[in-house]
Amino acid sequence: MQSSVSVKDLSLNFGSVQVLKSLNLDVKQGEFIVLLGPSGCGKSTLLNCIAGLLDVSEGQIFIGGKNVTWAEPKDRGIGMVFQSYALYPQMTVEKNLSFGLRVAGMKRDEIDSRVKRASEILQIEPLLQRKPANLSGGQRQRVAIGRALVRDVDVFLFDEPLSNLDAKLRSDLRVEIKRLHQRLKNTMIYVTHDQIEALTLADRIAIMKNGEIQQLSDPHTIYNKPVNLYVAGFIGSPSMNFLNGTLAGGAEPAFTTDDGVVVPVGRYVFDKAPTGSAKAVLGVRPEHIVLGDAAKDLPFSTEVEIEIVEPMGSDTLAWTKIGNHAVTFRADSDVHLTVGQKVLVGFDPARGSLFDTASTNRL
Amino acid sequence: MTTNAEASGPRPRSFFTPTRIVIYGIIIVAALYYLLPLYVMITTSLKGLPEIRIGNIFAPPLEVTFEPWVKAWTSACTGLTCNGLAPGFWNSVKITLPSTIVSVFIAAVSGYSLVNWRFKGSEFFFTVLLLGSFIPYQVMLYPLVMITAQMKIFGTLWAVILIHTIFGMPILTLLFRNYFASLPQELFKAARVDGAGFWRIFFQIMVPMSLPIFAVAIILQVTGIWNDFLFGVVFAGTQNYPMTVQLNNIVNSVQGVREYNVNMAATILTAAVPLIVYFVSGKWFVRGIAAGAVKG
Amino acid sequence: MTEAQSLHGATALERTRPPGLLYNLFVRNISAKLAASPMVAIVLVVFIGCTLWTIWFSFTDSRALPNGAFVGFDQYERLFATRRWRISATNLLTYGIFSLVFTMVVGFVLAVLMDQRIRFEDGFRTIFLYPFALSGIVTGLVWQWIMNPTLGLQSTMRGLGWTNFTFDWITNTDMVLYALLIAGLWHGTGFVMVLMLAGLRSVDGEIWKAARVDGIPTWRTYLQIVLPMMRGVIVTTLVIVGSGIVRTYDLVVALTNGGPGLSSEVPAKYVINYMFSAGNLGQALSASTVMLLTVFVLLIPWVIVEFGPKKHT
Repeated sequence: MQSSVSVKDLSLNFGSVQVLKSLNLDVKQGEFIVLLGPSGCGKSTLLNCIAGLLDVSEGQIFIGGKNVTWAEPKDRGIGMVFQSYALYPQMTVEKNLSFGLRVAGMKRDEIDSRVKRASEILQIEPLLQRKPANLSGGQRQRVAIGRALVRDVDVFLFDEPLSNLDAKLRSDLRVEIKRLHQRLKNTMIYVTHDQIEALTLADRIAIMKNGEIQQLSDPHTIYNKPVNLYVAGFIGSPSMNFLNGTLAGGAEPAFTTDDGVVVPVGRYVFDKAPTGSAKAVLGVRPEHIVLGDAAKDLPFSTEVEIEIVEPMGSDTLAWTKIGNHAVTFRADSDVHLTVGQKVLVGFDPARGSLFDTASTNRL
Repeated sequence: MTTNAEASGPRPRSFFTPTRIVIYGIIIVAALYYLLPLYVMITTSLKGLPEIRIGNIFAPPLEVTFEPWVKAWTSACTGLTCNGLAPGFWNSVKITLPSTIVSVFIAAVSGYSLVNWRFKGSEFFFTVLLLGSFIPYQVMLYPLVMITAQMKIFGTLWAVILIHTIFGMPILTLLFRNYFASLPQELFKAARVDGAGFWRIFFQIMVPMSLPIFAVAIILQVTGIWNDFLFGVVFAGTQNYPMTVQLNNIVNSVQGVREYNVNMAATILTAAVPLIVYFVSGKWFVRGIAAGAVKG
Repeated sequence: MTEAQSLHGATALERTRPPGLLYNLFVRNISAKLAASPMVAIVLVVFIGCTLWTIWFSFTDSRALPNGAFVGFDQYERLFATRRWRISATNLLTYGIFSLVFTMVVGFVLAVLMDQRIRFEDGFRTIFLYPFALSGIVTGLVWQWIMNPTLGLQSTMRGLGWTNFTFDWITNTDMVLYALLIAGLWHGTGFVMVLMLAGLRSVDGEIWKAARVDGIPTWRTYLQIVLPMMRGVIVTTLVIVGSGIVRTYDLVVALTNGGPGLSSEVPAKYVINYMFSAGNLGQALSASTVMLLTVFVLLIPWVIVEFGPKKHT
């Protein structure tokens, strides 16, 4: 199948600073891609390059099979939604939606029908005669999405569209965007620094750091099989526990932490089976650590002392130590934990991740 | 549609597109219009009178002479006396320095108390002050003459200093008020919790954090006061006429031969102080005039 | 401490001091009140007091001293019957409209050009703005020299071969106001440009991106999106420039001193002449009151924008 958006060997330099480093990205027709990363990782820059708002230094961009590297944004078949909404403040909502079409010289009744359709989809019909100053943040963002919608394009670009909204509205609009995607089946590229948004919305997530894509996979793979330490630490809250140690290969591979705790990793599925013995990091997500009797049957279990208890409502987060490594784990909120209490915890290393210390890549 | 199957890398664009040529063309022509008077001032002031009478105002001087400058400074006639601009220069210095210091200090304190020590009616006074800055000076001129006469300072430097302080208040207070309002309020609150009083907070916390805005205010006042004509001519008294008044008397005096080179030398000398302040301060001058226009 | 306790504590504290009107007026924050007193005094005595004084005495027949009898609107009738005032007022109107329109348009166009990522932007801005740092006197004298018909631009052009070239606006009764305009624009457009440029730069960059994605041409974006967004800056600039024009004084004194004849007289000069030379205070004060009214009319749009309630539909 032909890809909808395709980025080939894309580089962007601002002076001597390399913002994007020979990036490749293929987005399938109708796919929802989220570009996720900390600020300054180049995710917004990449989106602006795809939109044609920034000139690239090297490489090519294809949209709908056409090479648009040199095309103006309006000719690329894209619609874009911005963080600050970027509505034209002196125009009514209707004029905001129709202005681009009128400048393009489209027929009046065609404009009207597109505006009508977009406002129906987004449920902003009662707002059409208002000015942006008289709308709430959520309504403004809906109008901004509508402005992309009336362009009747195949590709939607979202640049942190929910960052200016409060938490409640953010989760409401998140669902609406998801519904919109299911209904329209457009290709969508969505930039955010919020991992919840990424995990909930994306078909595939591209995790970026320093102008490079670290991992491009579906949310489940990203969460459970991170390709390197960076991705493992970036995704998940509270973040993954890391135990430093040494991995001995062979028929019965075993991981020994720096302070001598032995973790059998026989059932772990290696990407590439280790041969000798090497420094490694074992990562375990807090929710994969099991408490009490259930821990007895797991390949690894040990008795630990509770140091800090943080009740989170739906569950409880507990801090403890395995050897000298600080470790957090989640417990059911019904389980009563007290500081100083000795409990049995365990986990299945097969659900964890092993990384090579030197290269930080997944083993 | 401007798609190109081979397109790769940055968009090809030449620096000299027609649009850019037009843009630079207009800007350069405009720049010439703005620079022309400065050029004419300088070249004329360096020419001898015979050369001026030949009549090409734009020609550079064939023979450079500094005599007009010397004459403008020391012996050009301003009405009855012929001591040049030097006395006017010193009068302007005597007016500008104290006026600037007094007006900036009072405005800074007013702006500070408007932001941090609001009292009943403080916003009312500030609003009237702002509106007052638009009242033509002529409206308040005669009563002020009477007041200064009552105070027995009319016709002295003190009167001019007082008047400059009064009419500098609106813009300077606005400047300081907006700046202090932009500082974090927590700082002021923390200092109050620590037991610091009005003046201690002002001198030990506000002033050290506000040096840039003081610079802007001083630049604004020095150029404004130096360039004043009206207040100088009305309030200073003949002995204390500032440079602008004396310059106008030199150039527009009717008796004698018109020495255009001396006139231009005198004009440059009068313009020198604000010009130097302007070119040295650069962006701060811009900030000062722009700050006066943003909303209060 | 709970809230109730703290409330109770506060009332107890209040009781120890007399919370009366006099206390609030004089003792509370005494340093702040002392510090603000110059401002309060200036507002009460000068901006309110002197203005009211002038308005009051404009209804008297005072000559050299303000001691005349109340004569109602006589001074105003006489004012508008005086040829010199009528010329001054129409001059100001003509000059003012041209000056306001050209300063704003030229200032805005220059700002837009400067906004095109040009090289040496700082250099050009310095050039456009330096006249604003000069006094009206200096501006007037330089242009008086350049426009001097016998030795200035006119004679230079004639000397270069254009023997019919005529540029005698400064001595031409019909054209002298435009000579004033040339000098005035030279002095003031840089200021407007700086304000407009600041306004342009304050527009959210994402608006520009959105307009590009929508395919709106640059000039339409400036006129239909950015310009309406700058309404506040534009109104403020209009009011500042407008009230500056009403005050026009030094520039005229230096450039033409009102001549030739009365053809470049302006109200500000009329007031000063009647106040200090002609010894007709009643006339001077009524003329300045008319100037005051003019400025107030100009101020109305600004007051609406700055202090008016935010519109809700």
